[in-house]
Amino acid sequence: MQAQIRLRNALLTLVTYLIAAAFLFPLVWMFMAAFKTEAQAFATPPVFVFTPVLENFGHALGSYFPALRNSLVAAVGSTVLAFILGLPAAFALAVYPTRRAQGVLTWMLSTKFMPAVGVIVPLFLIFRNLHLLDTLPGLILMYTTMNLPLVVWMMHSYMTEIPYAIYEAAKVDGASVGQEFFGIALPLSTPGMAATALLCLIFAWNEVFFALNLTNSDAAPLSVFISQFKTSEGLFWAQMSAAATLTVLPVLIFGWIAQRQLVRGLSFGAVK
Amino acid sequence: MTAAATTPATSAPTPRRGLRLSPAALIWPAMLYLILTTQVPFFMTVYYSFFRYNLAIPGSRPFVGFANYQNLLTDPQNLHILWNTVVLAGGTLILTLIIGAALALLLNRDFPGRALLRTLLISSFLIMPVVTAVVWKNMLMNPVFGFFSWVVTGLGGHPVDWLTQYPMASVIAMITWEWTPFAMLILLTGLQSLPDEQLEAARLDGASPWQEFRYVVLPHWTQAIQVVVLMETIALLQVYGEIYGSTSGGPGVATTNLPYFIYQKAFAEYNIGLASAAGVITVILTNVLAAYMLRLLTRAGRGE
Amino acid sequence: MNRLALLALTALLSQASAVTITIATVNNPDMVTMQKLTPEFNKKYPDIQVKWVTLPENELRQKITLDVASGAGSFDIATVGAYEVPIWAKNGWLEPLTPLFGKNPDIVKSYNLADVLPGVRSALTVGGSLYAVPFYAESSMTYYNKDLFKAAGLTMPAQPTWTQIQTFASKIHNPAKGVYGVCLRGLPGWGENMALFTTMVNTYGGRWFDQGWQAQLNTPAWKNAMTFYVNLVKKYGPPGATGNGFTENLTLMSQGKCGMWVDATVAAGFLSDPSSSKITKSVGFAKAPVGTTARGNNWYWSWNLAIPKSTKQEDAAFKFLTWATSKDYIALVAKTKGTWASVPPGTRTSTYQNANYKKAAGAFSGLVLSSINSADVNKATKDPVPYTGVQYVAIPEFQALGTQVGQYLAGALSGQYTVDQALKLSQDAANKTAREGGYQK
Repeated sequence: MQAQIRLRNALLTLVTYLIAAAFLFPLVWMFMAAFKTEAQAFATPPVFVFTPVLENFGHALGSYFPALRNSLVAAVGSTVLAFILGLPAAFALAVYPTRRAQGVLTWMLSTKFMPAVGVIVPLFLIFRNLHLLDTLPGLILMYTTMNLPLVVWMMHSYMTEIPYAIYEAAKVDGASVGQEFFGIALPLSTPGMAATALLCLIFAWNEVFFALNLTNSDAAPLSVFISQFKTSEGLFWAQMSAAATLTVLPVLIFGWIAQRQLVRGLSFGAVK
Repeated sequence: MTAAATTPATSAPTPRRGLRLSPAALIWPAMLYLILTTQVPFFMTVYYSFFRYNLAIPGSRPFVGFANYQNLLTDPQNLHILWNTVVLAGGTLILTLIIGAALALLLNRDFPGRALLRTLLISSFLIMPVVTAVVWKNMLMNPVFGFFSWVVTGLGGHPVDWLTQYPMASVIAMITWEWTPFAMLILLTGLQSLPDEQLEAARLDGASPWQEFRYVVLPHWTQAIQVVVLMETIALLQVYGEIYGSTSGGPGVATTNLPYFIYQKAFAEYNIGLASAAGVITVILTNVLAAYMLRLLTRAGRGE
Repeated sequence: MNRLALLALTALLSQASAVTITIATVNNPDMVTMQKLTPEFNKKYPDIQVKWVTLPENELRQKITLDVASGAGSFDIATVGAYEVPIWAKNGWLEPLTPLFGKNPDIVKSYNLADVLPGVRSALTVGGSLYAVPFYAESSMTYYNKDLFKAAGLTMPAQPTWTQIQTFASKIHNPAKGVYGVCLRGLPGWGENMALFTTMVNTYGGRWFDQGWQAQLNTPAWKNAMTFYVNLVKKYGPPGATGNGFTENLTLMSQGKCGMWVDATVAAGFLSDPSSSKITKSVGFAKAPVGTTARGNNWYWSWNLAIPKSTKQEDAAFKFLTWATSKDYIALVAKTKGTWASVPPGTRTSTYQNANYKKAAGAFSGLVLSSINSADVNKATKDPVPYTGVQYVAIPEFQALGTQVGQYLAGALSGQYTVDQALKLSQDAANKTAREGGYQK
């Protein structure tokens, strides 16, 4: 019996490792290609053992750093702005819900229903008139729009979980709405904020459509940088893999490190 | 987590005198921001949808009434596109839920390397859709040079041209790869708040693993599943980059969904009028679907 | 004190005179080279700062169109394809270059417009004015693998017919060994499978529209061409042909997996480049195949530099554009790359007269030149047509129509439609386009 259970456990562990390997394979394959020569990258049968070369990174590095900076500024900037706008709204909707609160929440979520491509022409014209084309503020503006509903929605669900009695007690002590917000709601929902911020950063980092159409060179983030390597002439799998590796590596490392926060944050609010 | 946490605040407290910051004033900045950045472009889109407006033909933009809508609603091919949108989003959603649930259950056990695996497994969620499409299309699914074909021929089969022979399945596989970690994470966090005693009690009662899952785990997961369904539905109905980078909507219209269709109309044909009309229809359909889903989910939630 | 003020003033003035131009280009290797040579441009024009926007063809096209159509003025130089130049010129989106040449007599002399191939020049001239200058131009031709031909005991004639291509393909095709008879574009798109397929239609005696803009896709010429194409690729092509465009086929060909390939002349340089091609020694060249008539069997395409009307830096832009398409620039590329084989081809007579170029690209340079010269955008079909273009119809609606028909063609290839169904759908689409665009009277 004991042996049977141990065997079953070992088998399940093996299965887990196998699924994980399958999920990681495309990435590993891409990382490997980044260190191959172009000829090795599309060799049949595939090459598994090779002497790594670094020249692909040399080709890819050209405009990497400005794009990296733009990605960082746009992702962090939009997350901060979405939080500044979204946290008070989430708090008010959670702690002072009126009859229209649910409607407001649903409406905010529904602003995400329009495919970006459906509004790009009006957006482009507005950006042109406001001189926001190819600027980081312009990009931050759009990413905030994209993430704000998420912030309100997620933070609302965290803040409704804070026991109402805590607010009651504060009120008895004469706390103002502002004090409730800064003194109770914010400190008690930090894990949720971390998780939400993480999702916002990931979505902003990976966004490509607005970036491609609303920036040219000065404000172009990494998602535009990587698009350059999708060529229609010539064979550049290895170079493309190197560029892709450079593009995903920052967010991967960040995600791996912050993964614990994400789990902790998610378990607090939206998912009990 | 505590019992009190599950009851959201339902009754509004009485306004106090000397209140500096009214709750409404806290909501308005976010509201105003979203109105300006989403509703203004949206109404411009509605406006354009009544015109024959082609970017490549300047100087002529006649008002055509509902002609663009009529054009869209009478072409039987568009029904196919609508169906593709549903299959793509629905298929991916179901797959991510099943695989995500399996992974969550597997990772909830104690075994060596568990923390590392959990960390590594979220990787595919962090990858840019453009990169996903390019890597899958060229390096994995290419019938001659791709890794999958090498595996299939190695096993004695014929090289498979995934994107032509199984276009929709290929795209779904790609997007499932991206979104499974998300479902896994949410379901895993849901599991971790499940008290061990509940499972032990079930086991003492002689419940089979299936019964354990069906009567203990699944009910506990209701809210986690709701979150996954809602978040993923919104994202999956907007999928565009992965299609653009892999199949370009083909062969034929086999993998063209609504956003990609709009993209084609707007940027391959510069037919902004028609693209706008299609955008408006998408918003209406998504709203109907979301309202229906929200109701279904709240009912399922209340059913517990 | 006065001196200091003067110094400050000069510094200020010289700063003000430095202008920045933004150039939008396709990420093709030739254009990437141009971007890398920016420091050389600055040696000549230190006051002009250059910023680059480099993107794949489709992304770039949509971006420039949106920008130019809305007059946003983000770009001072745009890379424009041969198809768009006449359309955009008519739309009033491009700055006519003739007056700018008039303003810069020194450039006129060093640039020597007469050196630009006449056919290339005429494709960029609308109503007597030049609207763009060519960066590189291409036609299409047949590539074949000499080793595979030798093994099968075959010889490629200088001017093959499509029927011969089929016969050769049947003898070379050996999928068990990973060798395919012929690789052709199958990826749907007006500039992808339709570029090749329209040349096939031309050479089978067909056309898109007659003089009254009535669609002609239900004619026997189209049916013959499509039946032939579908049979050929299905029987002797690689798996997944509907996913193969230029790049994919180049990969296949350069890895020795195709007996033959009919595609752009620029591939000759890539196939002869040992860093990415395994068949440098065995690649052979021939003219693009013909069907029942020798007209329109090879396409014409060029990537050109033009100045959008919305720019405010037309003088600086003009200086860059004439620098990057000059004879000196071509020599500069040869010098920096260390070989004449990788200079931008197809634009200047002098390139083809250059002894170094002949030596480096001798195997194919003559064939490329004669192909480009024989491709005539004004006379590509057996019967008269109301449009220009060899592998496209130069109207703004063609991108959409071509891509739609390209999808039907891919559908016929993958078995989703029969040839008759695909042709019926295509004919209806073409007539709808001509009707809605107001072409049919």
